[in-house]
Amino acid sequence: MTHAEATHQTSTGLDSRKIGMWVFIGSECLMFGSLISTYLVYHGKSVAGPTTREILNIPLTSISTFVLLMSSLAMVLALAAVTRNDIVWSRVWLATTAFLGLVFLGFQAFEFTTFVREGLTLQVSLFGSTFFVLTGTHGAHVAVGVLWLVSLLVRSFQGKLGAEKALNVELAGLYWHFVDVVWIVIFTVVYLLQ
Amino acid sequence: MASSAPADAMRLRSRIWSWVTTTDHKRIGILYGVSAFAFFLVGGLEALIMRLQLASSDNSVVSAETFNELFTMHGTTMVFLAVMPLSAAFFNFVVPLQIGARDVAFPRLNAFSYWVFLLGGLFMNVSFLVGAAPNAGWFGYANLTSTQFSPGLHVDFWAIGLQVLGIASIAAGINFIVTIVNLRAPGMRLMRMPVFTWMTLVTQFIVVTAFPVITAALVFLMFDRTFGTNFYVVAAGGDVLLWQHLFWLFGHPEVYILILPAMGIVSEVVPTFSRKPLFGYAVVVYSGLLIAILGWGVWAHHMFQVGLGPIADSVFAATTMLIAIPTGVKIFNWIATMWGGKLNFTTAMLFSVGFIAMFIIGGLSGVMHASPPADLQQTDTYFVVAHFHYVLVGGAVLGLFSGIYYWWPKVFGRMLSESIGKWHFWLTMIGANLTFFPMHFIGLLGMPRRIYTYDAALGLDTMNLVATLGAFTMALGTLVFVGNVLWTWRKGEAAAANPWDGAMLEWAIPSPPPAYNFSVTPTVKSRLPLWSEDGYEPKPLPEDPPEPIHLPDGSYWPPVTAVGIIVAAAGLLTGSLWVALVGIGVLVVGIYAWALEPFEV
Repeated sequence: MTHAEATHQTSTGLDSRKIGMWVFIGSECLMFGSLISTYLVYHGKSVAGPTTREILNIPLTSISTFVLLMSSLAMVLALAAVTRNDIVWSRVWLATTAFLGLVFLGFQAFEFTTFVREGLTLQVSLFGSTFFVLTGTHGAHVAVGVLWLVSLLVRSFQGKLGAEKALNVELAGLYWHFVDVVWIVIFTVVYLLQ
Repeated sequence: MASSAPADAMRLRSRIWSWVTTTDHKRIGILYGVSAFAFFLVGGLEALIMRLQLASSDNSVVSAETFNELFTMHGTTMVFLAVMPLSAAFFNFVVPLQIGARDVAFPRLNAFSYWVFLLGGLFMNVSFLVGAAPNAGWFGYANLTSTQFSPGLHVDFWAIGLQVLGIASIAAGINFIVTIVNLRAPGMRLMRMPVFTWMTLVTQFIVVTAFPVITAALVFLMFDRTFGTNFYVVAAGGDVLLWQHLFWLFGHPEVYILILPAMGIVSEVVPTFSRKPLFGYAVVVYSGLLIAILGWGVWAHHMFQVGLGPIADSVFAATTMLIAIPTGVKIFNWIATMWGGKLNFTTAMLFSVGFIAMFIIGGLSGVMHASPPADLQQTDTYFVVAHFHYVLVGGAVLGLFSGIYYWWPKVFGRMLSESIGKWHFWLTMIGANLTFFPMHFIGLLGMPRRIYTYDAALGLDTMNLVATLGAFTMALGTLVFVGNVLWTWRKGEAAAANPWDGAMLEWAIPSPPPAYNFSVTPTVKSRLPLWSEDGYEPKPLPEDPPEPIHLPDGSYWPPVTAVGIIVAAAGLLTGSLWVALVGIGVLVVGIYAWALEPFEV
């Protein structure tokens, strides 16, 4: 093991996976940047279908935004619990984070179905196309995050998520916080700045 | 003999299996090189058929429809399946050796990138077999790509194939950024890194930032075609220029993704064969960075003809002209490196000098259409074709061939024939100029691009015939190269560890390198480790590792995951939910098995 550890010494002193995660997040920023810019460029250019003012439900989405923000708090607590090798609380907070993520997805599913019933579909207008592709891409990211958190939870129940594996939780956390931050931008751009 | 046949078959199977499951950066580099060269031949063949068609006026070698497929696939293949992965072959083989590393940061992700690239390239080319090759140009302008104007699977192959290739590029980009940032040998400070490694780092930063943008644009296109969204639908209020902005926002940085690695190669080859350190190392590095940064602010010079208005035109003309400065600085630095040096014109050096000469011509015509009024005359004519082939064939391809001759001994332990190599160089050099120089005039005289035939009354027959002859001269040069490889395989002279007396760390280890690269990790003390008295420690490296070196086993999960992606892509293409779900299932299984398998780097 000594030589394996020797090869793990890195130029920056940081774990390679952590730097890799940051670079990935940087790459994702450009992806979401393109989606958000497209939404903004097409804002108010629709020639049919419901408008933003007619259809967006700010109070409802404020609740789901709050839920997602709280999930980030739970994520921080989960990482802290894993780092201090607190098995019970790491499970509690991981489960809480995943659950709050699921609640957010539930809100989104409700919002999407309501919108479709009220006449806002992918096809009806530029607003429909840009809105569903932007928020849908974000929702898919949340879903992947939930899957990741549940996987970590399973590892924990298998007894394989001790303090020495804290980095695995930290990586999931970086991703989770990023997805959360992206939502704050989307919420501001799409819902608040109509 | 008969009794050993099953044993031989077993051995062959296990040898193939070891290549499929390999995570060794050197083997993955070779896989990238071989695959990219095969795609390079396919793309070249497409060019030859086009040149046959254009050899004389009113010709009918191929139909207009086939011609559309040929120029679309020629561009797409050469950019995404030949030049980029050929550069990746060098990133893979050379960069870990230059920074004194055992492997890349994520060996399995590296294998994954390769398999996704290979399957994505095959996916795109399968379109020929089903008679639906992409036919809307490599730039795929909206709304030519809508279902109304492009029915059938042509554009779907293109849009889905490029997204698959984007996954491979971004994964590799992350991998190499982390490798270079984090796995340098002790003492290898950033400003001691070889310029090729520097240009790799810069290129990968462009890759991870530019590819997400085209991915978004392609997602919009795919949704428009598959689910009836309105991103590029004018009737719904959509703007077709959205595609052009997103595409060129990616497309211009892509140009630097293609050329910066070649510039890195030239920056290694020229000093070695001038017996002088690179002139102005720091300036060359900063110029590369500046090119990458400025490269993000010039995209609309591809769009002058759409009428963006005088202010936008002026700004983009100015930024475009600015980019000529760091590029020119590099050229002066290479020339200054040669100035007063002890020049040795090996084949590698000839290709590098050829690169410099051709890139100057391509750069000059590039600055010409940085000016909007000039561009309006030149755009969509053969003048532009001449320009970008001078920088991509004269630049990128010559640079990559230079790298092939330079590092071949290190990769395979044999020297490519210098005398055959010189034939290869001169045929390529003369052929490229015969092909592309007349295109400047053909274009200025008014022949448009992407048109399958032209009228005899234009009087362009002779120059077009010369261009066609030039293309076949280049093809002959490429055949000579293949001959050189075959000759070297059988009779090539064995290569020493440092046959060119190079200065960088890759020459400190045997040719070909052992699986573990460095018997002990060297400590670097100089920018030119092998050229300075106390450049690195220990000197020389011990022949055998003093302590056992752990090497990761292979893994078959990266190729399995790649197969999952391509099956999902096929499901998307054919609109079959079941196929897509099977693909996603394989992908998910692959990811979990990958994450859970014991694999110690």
